[in-house]
Amino acid sequence: MTAVTTAPPVVPDPLGGDGAGAGAARDAGGSSVTRSRRRKQSLLAYLLILPAMMLFGVFSFYPFLRNFKLMLYETPPVPGLPPHYVGLHQIIPTITSTQFTQSLVTTLFLVVLVVPISLLAGLGLAVAAHRKLKGMAVYRVIFSSTVVSSVAVASVVFGTLLNPVVGLLPWLGINPNPPALESSTWALPAVALITIWQFLGLSFIVMLAGLQSVPDELLEAARIDGAGPWTRFWRMTVPLLSPTIFFAGVISTIYAFQAFGAIDILIGSQNAVRLHTNVLIYNIINTLQIENNAGAAAIMSTVLFLILLVLTLLQIRLLERRVSYAN
Amino acid sequence: MPTDVLESPVSVPATPVTATARRPRRRLRTIGSYTLLTVGALIILFPIYVTIVNSLLSPDQLVHQPPPLFPTNPQWHDYSAAWNGGQMSQYVTTSAIMTAIIVVGQLVTSVLAAYAFAFLTFPFKRTLFALCLATLMIPLEVTFITNLDTITSLHWFNTYAGLSIPFLATGFGIFLLRQAFLQIPRDLQEAAQLDGYGHFKFMLRVAVPLARPSLAALAVFSFLGAWNQYLWPLVSTGGTTPLNTVQIGLKQLLGTQVSTIPVSLAGAVIAFVPLVILLLIFQKQLVRSLTAGAVK
Repeated sequence: MTAVTTAPPVVPDPLGGDGAGAGAARDAGGSSVTRSRRRKQSLLAYLLILPAMMLFGVFSFYPFLRNFKLMLYETPPVPGLPPHYVGLHQIIPTITSTQFTQSLVTTLFLVVLVVPISLLAGLGLAVAAHRKLKGMAVYRVIFSSTVVSSVAVASVVFGTLLNPVVGLLPWLGINPNPPALESSTWALPAVALITIWQFLGLSFIVMLAGLQSVPDELLEAARIDGAGPWTRFWRMTVPLLSPTIFFAGVISTIYAFQAFGAIDILIGSQNAVRLHTNVLIYNIINTLQIENNAGAAAIMSTVLFLILLVLTLLQIRLLERRVSYAN
Repeated sequence: MPTDVLESPVSVPATPVTATARRPRRRLRTIGSYTLLTVGALIILFPIYVTIVNSLLSPDQLVHQPPPLFPTNPQWHDYSAAWNGGQMSQYVTTSAIMTAIIVVGQLVTSVLAAYAFAFLTFPFKRTLFALCLATLMIPLEVTFITNLDTITSLHWFNTYAGLSIPFLATGFGIFLLRQAFLQIPRDLQEAAQLDGYGHFKFMLRVAVPLARPSLAALAVFSFLGAWNQYLWPLVSTGGTTPLNTVQIGLKQLLGTQVSTIPVSLAGAVIAFVPLVILLLIFQKQLVRSLTAGAVK
């Protein structure tokens, strides 16, 4: 089959129209045969992308654009009254409200708690698992295992671990009062712990993949030159891996910005504000579902979108760089 | 970039000139490595282990101090309590149906669109492909507000349609499969064309079988995403109505009483087991999809 390298001859269309290979379409030429074939190919292409495009239109682009319209309407505080047009007047009060700024600060705190620790832990595990040793496959599966854990499973697991009556904490004599998940100081770190544990698997996988793309000779040469493990880690591994670490940093930041499940399950909407755990996305959901205020929710979600957009663009830039390295 | 990150032996052992002199040091290093690895593994597995043990304890044992490290008298009835009384059976069924619809739907829409982008020439091809990629930048946190109105007006609130249809297409899947299709040699296309293959025959007999690794990676990735998603099932079913997924069900199951803790832990184990199996069988595909963006 591989012997056929010449341009495809024009063959009769066995399937009535869609028989042209991709090569034929690139043939230049103004003959009516080519033109009608090209038209048929375009038609087929549009039919093939139609299902995906319709879904994107209805469930991605339309809601994205409608968000901007929603921002212009205010829901009256009295239930039952329809939202009315207020133009841009709702935007400033919403993003300067204490509730919003506090939720933004809370989210940033969560990011600061989650990102450095999950990066360091993931990198540490990856370095440890990078050697060729017997049984390493088992360790690697264990280290990456939390990648399949869901936020609900992680919440139930850690909710019990942090329970003041059950298990280890009371035995160890750690009896904070109020318990961690009911304390305005420790509730957010507890949520961070759950988020870190959940993200650790992905952090490990990304770091290990990055480590494997670093030539071993470099680290080996440094070792022969007498550099100790500590020096090699900070002076060789970390700089060589900096694109990977930066990439993992961006995805863990995105991850932390979107985390709210543990708060919904373990803390709940009634206590989220009081316990300083009312992260941005949780605030948006509650503004929409409890206060029924779609306009304010749309404004806040646009802020979240802009933050995530900057992060995603950063991520894509990094990817392009990495891909061009690989080529 | 190797796709089997978790399995392949990677670093080639050094072959120093003075191998004999270095041997004791190397052995020490090996012991050190194993210690470090085992400590890491224990820290990660500890929460899971405690969960499994606690799910098998009676309420008395649960508050006993020191806490038992092994279930001497396993209480399996907590699992049947979670499965039947706690309605985990219903939640698992809902999640399974929703996940199946999403995985199959994403595979079909992605194969069709990716085929067009990889093999066909048509006006606005680049623009349309850019639009597909642009969907990756519109997060659910933005779209869910309007999507809730949309599924409500379609009478899809709290239905399988409402749970799954918004997720039947994925920009990531189209991107991944287009990449895979582009790897297929042109010669093969031309030969297939000579054999009288039309586009659909070529897609189903040649392109799709050759792109199997990427299809598997996409399937595992969508399975994981669909099974574990939390935000949309929470808002699109109201959270308290019968059509709950496993994740939302776990929230209902979570008790504050000591006596109900083993049942909710049993529920968590039930929710986690399918994914552990997934990881063990498809770890290669999973890593491939997770690092598809990260490392080429």
